[in-house]
Amino acid sequence: MRPFDYERATDAADAVARAASRPEAVFLAGGTNLVDHLKLGLVEPELLVDISHLPLAAIEQEPDGTLDIGANVRNADLAAHPAVRRSHPLLSRALLSGASGQLRNLATTGGNLLQRTRCVYFQDVTTPCNKRSPGSGCSALGGHTEQHAIFGASQQCIAVHPSDMAVALAALDAQVSLLGPEGVTSMPVTELHRLPGDSPERDTVLDRGQLITGVRIPPPPAGARHTYRKVRERSSFAFALISLAAEMVVEDGVIASARLALGGVAHKPWRARRAEEVLHGAPAITETFTAAAKAELEQARPLEGNAFKVPMARAMIVAALKELAVETT
Amino acid sequence: MTNAIGTSTARVDGIAKVTGTAQYAYEHPFTDPVYLHPVQATVARGAVDTFRSDKAESVDGVLAVLSPWNAPRLADVSDPELSLLQGPEVRFRGQIIGAVIATTPEIARHAQSLVEVEYTTDDHDTVLRADHPDRYPEDDPQTIGDDVDEKLSSAQLVIDQRYSTPEEHNTPMEPHTAVALWDPAEQHLTLTTATQGPHSVVDTLAPLLGLEPQQLRVVSPHVGGGFGSKAAPHGHDLVAALGALALPGRAVKYAVTRQQGFVFVGYRSPTRQHLRLGARCDGTLTAIDHESFSQVSPAGTFSESASSISASMYAADARRLVHHLVPLDVPPPHWMRAPGEAPGMFALEVAMDELAVAAGIDPVELRIRNDPDRDPATGNRWTSRRLVECLHEGARQFGWRDRDPHPGIRRDGEWLIGTGMASATYPHVMSPGTKVTIRHDGGGRYTVRTGAADIGTGAWTTLTLISADALRVSRERVTMEIGDSSLPTATVAGGSSGTTSWGSAIVATAEAFRRQHGDDPEAGAQTTGGVSEDPLAEGYTAASFGAHFVEVRVHPGTGEVRVPRMRGVFSIGRVINPRTVRSQLLGGMVMGLSMALHEKSVRDPRFGHVVTQDLATYHVPVNADIEDMDASWLDETDELATPMGSRGAGEIGIVGSAAAIANAVYHATGTRVRDLPITPPALVRD
Repeated sequence: MRPFDYERATDAADAVARAASRPEAVFLAGGTNLVDHLKLGLVEPELLVDISHLPLAAIEQEPDGTLDIGANVRNADLAAHPAVRRSHPLLSRALLSGASGQLRNLATTGGNLLQRTRCVYFQDVTTPCNKRSPGSGCSALGGHTEQHAIFGASQQCIAVHPSDMAVALAALDAQVSLLGPEGVTSMPVTELHRLPGDSPERDTVLDRGQLITGVRIPPPPAGARHTYRKVRERSSFAFALISLAAEMVVEDGVIASARLALGGVAHKPWRARRAEEVLHGAPAITETFTAAAKAELEQARPLEGNAFKVPMARAMIVAALKELAVETT
Repeated sequence: MTNAIGTSTARVDGIAKVTGTAQYAYEHPFTDPVYLHPVQATVARGAVDTFRSDKAESVDGVLAVLSPWNAPRLADVSDPELSLLQGPEVRFRGQIIGAVIATTPEIARHAQSLVEVEYTTDDHDTVLRADHPDRYPEDDPQTIGDDVDEKLSSAQLVIDQRYSTPEEHNTPMEPHTAVALWDPAEQHLTLTTATQGPHSVVDTLAPLLGLEPQQLRVVSPHVGGGFGSKAAPHGHDLVAALGALALPGRAVKYAVTRQQGFVFVGYRSPTRQHLRLGARCDGTLTAIDHESFSQVSPAGTFSESASSISASMYAADARRLVHHLVPLDVPPPHWMRAPGEAPGMFALEVAMDELAVAAGIDPVELRIRNDPDRDPATGNRWTSRRLVECLHEGARQFGWRDRDPHPGIRRDGEWLIGTGMASATYPHVMSPGTKVTIRHDGGGRYTVRTGAADIGTGAWTTLTLISADALRVSRERVTMEIGDSSLPTATVAGGSSGTTSWGSAIVATAEAFRRQHGDDPEAGAQTTGGVSEDPLAEGYTAASFGAHFVEVRVHPGTGEVRVPRMRGVFSIGRVINPRTVRSQLLGGMVMGLSMALHEKSVRDPRFGHVVTQDLATYHVPVNADIEDMDASWLDETDELATPMGSRGAGEIGIVGSAAAIANAVYHATGTRVRDLPITPPALVRD
């Protein structure tokens, strides 16, 4: 662990100013990801700007049903909040399937989104990794790839984003509220994370000093049913091999709307838009669900070590959509 | 008799543990301690050419940097695992090649990252293969009875299959830690370390360090799990001691990181196994041919002999067992709960299930038909072999009787349901040599002292109960002292032999005490005694047995496996403390479930080290994985084995349990899995 400076921000604008002032500054909120990485020497920031105490911890529901969630809301509090459980139980389920009770008590909404992609070689400073050390090579290619990406990977990086919460937010068309040196902006959560391409060291599109201040979730469509499924190598406290957030509205046997996102398959939460296109307006029957899964998975480029993810994802998508169709009849 | 033995008793150290006052190795108070962090090799085979430590030494707070050349010299370098920092050779990736000692652990860890090392590297090989050109048999094949090949060629049924178990790491909750303090005036080293045997640490380390045994004291009153990985000193003990010699008068503390716990504190070798069973149509075995392979390290000698399990388990006319070693550029494998038995029994008991299917015989009945009257390996009588009763009782508890053997036909919603079973066994091990001192403190109160270790098993409590009965007083009148090499010598907590070996010594010493001091001893009366040999009579074999019954649910789309129900019934002699014995049996079964479904150390052959080196990527079960699980035992006593009538219970729970789960997965899905672990990717089908 390289020695670093530590500063407590006085407010969000101060945090942004402090972080923007130094090239290797990072924000510290829950610390559940960053502190591990500091110990392992994966990141060596020169400055930690502590934002954990800033008043960004409220959850408010606007008259139109939009949920406005502060960036410092802890994962445990978000999952348990009555408005979230009422309007977006999908988000609660995703949150509760992530990490452990202790970690959810510490981890924040903003920090959950900004946790780094996971890969055993990124975690180990003795092995080359383009994300940790650009240009050094990707050790995962040709290595242990069971957890790795089947969508959107590059020759530079095949790691996956591990968040459950972000998969739900991607399905729910959440918006991320940002404060940066240039002022206030927002973007869809599906555009926050990026595919690795030729610069896998960047997990997100955020610029230096940009701070997530909150997340806004529009209300769900009327009659929506949803489910969150997560397949992992034990029943709890494990990252997803594949996770799936699914929401569907069926009217008179026809799919009026469907939103699907997958986790554990790409460098970012993977909104399954090709599947959604197949589903929209089609009859809510198994053949449609199979066709939707097929349309999405045609773009998959699995490796030898994670080829199982394609049939697993297909089975999960079909089973989840059947579950939602049964519930709505 | 006071009949303390057999009473369900809460741990005498329980309050101290749950209130955090029980001191584990790293927590003993030392004045002004300093902290060590090792430098580890980043090549798998070769030699350190240059070791530049000037940048590390210039960091504020760094007190010393030990290198392969400047570290204190050992008096004896015959132990390759522990001959650290004595020369430039690198035998495996992650080997300790240096150490930084500093005023805080953070400074030590940072400074070691500044040490610049250059190597000469050689090609390395870390992949276990049954056809490895360098393999060699550990011993001549053990052949018993008729010719195996003849019996196999004339058998009406033959099962001929290959099985594998992965590399596994012990990963106890308490990481390995050591604190070493060299007193230059007294010429004495104190080492507080997490160990399963304080005296075995002295016996191993004192000669290496050039010390007389009385110059080294090892303190280890509480240990947070070991599973074999703390049964002998490892590199962390040695470097802490070298650090202490380099900084006389300063307590040098070293807590092994979780990642380092996947390198140099031992692990279970992967195994490859080839089993051939020959049988008549009625399922009676005519031949057992068990061939196994495990890896060995240039830095150690331990081998995981998986085929030995087939020597005594079932009757057969012909038998051949052989174990091959494959030398690889890997860290030394070491003990992990039921070494040899756990992987060997996985293969044997899955093969038996395959035979039951081939013969169309119920798997419980198949095992009953092959239960041997005498130990097949030796012709010995059994002190007590009650496997058949365990099978019957387990079947009764589980509700096995009306089981439909057809695989892949039971469904509950999206899930497939199946049941499976397997036998369990573990040899009775008595390690002679433990000494005990019993002192009458007055008023019928006694202090019983021996250097035993409680690794979470409940030895503090169990030995209190044994002492109370042996001294004919209530347990409240006994004060145990264990976990310190300054106490009378004791054997290691390993091979499920702790209670047997220490308890037998306590009983013998109590008898000697009465002979010496009578039934009304004076305050201060004291006797030291022990047991110098195994009392088991010539011509007898003692072993424990058991039976596992399991229900599984398998999701055919995702390959997820859940274990809603698991029952174990064991024959382990007399149970000394039902509360802690049940806990040990359940712990073994949990570890068997873990072996079946979760644990796998992935050693990347390009680099040579384990890349699943934390608890996020090396999975052990969580609470949610363990549903309705119970362990029970037959009411019995085996006084031919020990004077308490007990046998060991620490390891048998893991033996056979993984096979029972694999057999249930077959029954649920029709897919026979012969390679552990059975993770979702293993069962997902395109």
